[in-house]
Order: sequence, then C-alpha cells, then structure tokens
Amino acid sequence: MRFWRGCKRYAWTLGALIGVLLLGLGASQGQLDVIWKKAVMICLECIGIG
Amino acid sequence: MKRLRLTVQLLFTIVTNGYLYGFLSGKIYRGSLKYVCVPGLNCYSCPGAVAACPIGALQALLNQQGLQVPFAALGFFFLFGSLLGRFVCGWLCPFGLVQDLLHKIPVFKKRKRLPLHRVLKYGKYAVLILLVCAGSMFLWGGFAKLPAFCKYLCPSGTLLGALPLLSANEALRGQAGGLFFWKLGILLAIVLLSIKVHRPFCQYLCPLGAIYGWFNRFSLVQIHWEQERCVSCMACERACPVALSRQEISRSPECIRCGKCADACPERCLHFLPKPPAARKDA
Repeated sequence: MRFWRGCKRYAWTLGALIGVLLLGLGASQGQLDVIWKKAVMICLECIGIG
Repeated sequence: MKRLRLTVQLLFTIVTNGYLYGFLSGKIYRGSLKYVCVPGLNCYSCPGAVAACPIGALQALLNQQGLQVPFAALGFFFLFGSLLGRFVCGWLCPFGLVQDLLHKIPVFKKRKRLPLHRVLKYGKYAVLILLVCAGSMFLWGGFAKLPAFCKYLCPSGTLLGALPLLSANEALRGQAGGLFFWKLGILLAIVLLSIKVHRPFCQYLCPLGAIYGWFNRFSLVQIHWEQERCVSCMACERACPVALSRQEISRSPECIRCGKCADACPERCLHFLPKPPAARKDA
C-alpha cells in the first residue's frame, strides 16, 4: 500500500520523463522541424482565410 | 492569490506574445523559439507569438504524417501536463485570461455552469477526437491536410491571430470571406457567453483542457486538501468557479487550479502542493 502511495506521489516524475523521451523521439524524426515550418508561416486556416 | 494569478496571467501573455514588431508590420515571428510550444492555447499566427501552439503543433504533425504517432506534440503534453496539469489553464493560457476578464464585466447575473453541464462538459473531448485528431487526419476530403480545429472552431486564432493580422496587413484583409465571418461569429458568441458563464470555452470546448485534465490526478502542482482540518463550512465549494465539491477539487479534470478555494478556506486546509510531513506535524 505504501509502495503504491509512493508511486502515485511521484507519478508526475515518470510523466515528465516520458514527455522528455517523446520529445527526443519526435526531434530525432524531424517532427520539431514540421512544427517550426508550420509556426513560422501565417496559418491561413487559423485566421479564417484558408 | 487573486492578484498574483492575474499578474502571472498578464505577464505570461505579454512575454509569450512579445514580438511587438509583428503587431506593427502585420507579419509573424520566424525565429527558432517556434521549435517549441507554449503550454496554453496561443495561436502561432498571432503577430506577437514567439512560440508554437501545442494544438496547432499536434494538428500540423497529424496533417503531415497521417497515422504516424506525433511524438513531439505528445512530448509537450506529457511534460507540461505532468508538471502543471490544468494549472496551465488557470494561470498560463492567454485565452483563459481573456475569458476571466470578460467574466468580471458587471452585467448579467453570473453563472458557474451552463444548463446540461453534465453532458456539455464532454464537448471538449468530442472536439479533441473529432476535430483535432480525426478531422486533421481524414474526416474532410479523405486524408485532407487541414487543421480542422483551427480552421472551423478556434476562437483564440481569431482573436490573437486574425484580428491583429487583418488590421495591420491590407493584403490579408482583402481575402477575408465567409470562413472568417463564421469564426468571428464563434468568437463573438464565446465573448458574450463568457460575460455570463465562467470560462465557457475552457469548460465545454477546449481540446487542450481535455488533454491536461487527464494529468490533473497526478501532476506535480496540486491543490492539497487536509481532510482532518476541514470544518465542512463549504466556503471552498461556494468559491469554486467551476462548482466542484471538496473531494473533487484538484483531482477533477475540470479543476483549473485557480486557487479560489484555497483563498476562501478559513481554516487554510487547502493549499498548493502538499506540505512536507514534518511541516504538517508542526502545524
């Protein structure tokens, strides 16, 4: 019981680590470039023109 | 805490939309900060935006890669969600700030929720699944490459992106048509509703709130309730802008960590982050 309570208390650490791992995986596949390319062009759909 | 939250909201909005030249020239920031996402719903086509929108990023990856896993966007969600949960909504989201300010306008009798709240609160999950995910991948025109949420619904894009860009950029203004007026209508509806109801977009439509809500149970930033000290005066429940019970506060996916419950508690048994055990014994 105490073990599970401890796990729950630090679940955020595991979540944050998974986040960093996923970010690394995404970066290695060039996904950050995809995000950047989209973010530096005026998104016509976002502003209701496209 | 009320003033602290407003200050943080204002500062974060100003810092993450601090590219002033964009507002004057009608152009957007094109630097390397846009490789990363801000935690809140902040349109990357806002002339001042210095980073990317996480929902826009998710849609861009789904548009580009179809059924491949959008690892980078999921990484941002896990990182921000695990650390902050819906604290992002309450403290760091520019569109949340706009709704908070509108709700302060002293007209109409204020409501915490819409009628049919129990059903309508699932709207944000429907938006996430149907518009953000399925819509971006295949709902419109067979694997069409369009960000369906941004295109048909997002009021943050209209407010932070479209209005400043169109007012400063004449070429874009000439192209505004039916779709722009559709989105303007949605924005106006949400603006009017926000004056009466507390954060209607966050409660019923925001896909980012749906994602961060999932992390609320275990995120680092929590509102801790010391049950043994509680005198059941219900001040926290009356103060909660989304009408949560004491048991639901903090753990519920609807809690935006605004801290109004902690402010209202006369016994100070609600507070941000659990105190270390030694400090609790001393108290």
